[in-house]
Amino acid sequence: MQWRNSKDRFGWLATSLHWVMSVMVVGLAAVGLWMTSLNYYSPWYTSAPFWHKSVGLVFAALLLVRLLWRWLSPAPAALPTHSRVERMAAGTAQWLMYAAMLIIVISGYLISTAKGSGVSLFGWFDVPALISGLPEQADRAGAVHYWLALGLLGLAGLHALGALKHHLIDKDNTLRRMLGMRLRNSTENGK
Amino acid sequence: MKKLMVAATLGGLMMAGGLAQAADYQIDKQGQHASVNFKISHLGYSWIYGRFNDFDGTFSWDASKPEASSVNVTLSTASVDTNHAERDKHIRSADFLNVEEHGTATFASTGIEMTGENTAKVTGDLTLNGVTKPVVLDARFIGEGDDPWGGYRAGFDATTTLKLADFGITYNLGPASETVDLIITVEGIRQ
Repeated sequence: MQWRNSKDRFGWLATSLHWVMSVMVVGLAAVGLWMTSLNYYSPWYTSAPFWHKSVGLVFAALLLVRLLWRWLSPAPAALPTHSRVERMAAGTAQWLMYAAMLIIVISGYLISTAKGSGVSLFGWFDVPALISGLPEQADRAGAVHYWLALGLLGLAGLHALGALKHHLIDKDNTLRRMLGMRLRNSTENGK
Repeated sequence: MKKLMVAATLGGLMMAGGLAQAADYQIDKQGQHASVNFKISHLGYSWIYGRFNDFDGTFSWDASKPEASSVNVTLSTASVDTNHAERDKHIRSADFLNVEEHGTATFASTGIEMTGENTAKVTGDLTLNGVTKPVVLDARFIGEGDDPWGGYRAGFDATTTLKLADFGITYNLGPASETVDLIITVEGIRQ
């Protein structure tokens, strides 16, 4: 499997980013919800936010690579068997998810940096605060972070249902070409 | 009788200092010659100091009749500041001050009892987190007189200790942190 996207399938860079980040989205959201519910005497009270923020920073870096890669190596064309409505719905969901992910990482950063503190990356170094002191910055950024994260989970759920529908009901290549699997009825590589 | 003598002495002292009649004062918010601070134990090992940045109020003060003085302060609970963005956000949440529901705290004095030449117990109704309870401030008159800019000022400080649970704040911070000390200083400009 090639690293670039082809006209038929995603390359390994795009599929790796997609699956690694999908696991991170679920993990970060779960940890985020859990850590904000911890009581003061939980052993995780300070360490869970530390890990959430560090992994969130890695996620932000991967997101930049992903958006750049999306631009440098365009996604394969939609399958001809997909209807116009399906294409529009899928495309809209995808771009909404990119936008949500981008705003979620920015808003998360703005919560932590609201009073000018940096964000530690695994204790190696601090990513400095660039924007702080906006009116009610931590609260507003926190609300955006929370609701968009829930929205992203909802979109990701729809996105997954759509992929499963194509895979199990339509039995087409939608999911296979994101999994690096052999394509059905393919002429790829002479098959 | 003793109280009366103390009051008379205090009045006399003030006269000697070039004092005037009962007057209304506006707390000098613009010049930041007033602050509402608090400290609370952290695990019993150290103190967290914080402040409320946004408050305003008035007092009337008559050095010859200090018992007839009064004070009213209104404070924005959302302006809490402990120099830590995430902690401040938590303090604003429903776990503590619930600023969305109870955006203001107020103190209105109901009685003043002199306890020394320039000290007094100021009783009043404190409304915090939607709960109104009588509290007693240990107040001290610091001084009064002309300022260099054509105004006339008088200033006080005061302390009290609040039990958080009395005001419906029951989040468990540990046995050392069930009370919070308020440390207030105000300077007023005579109107």
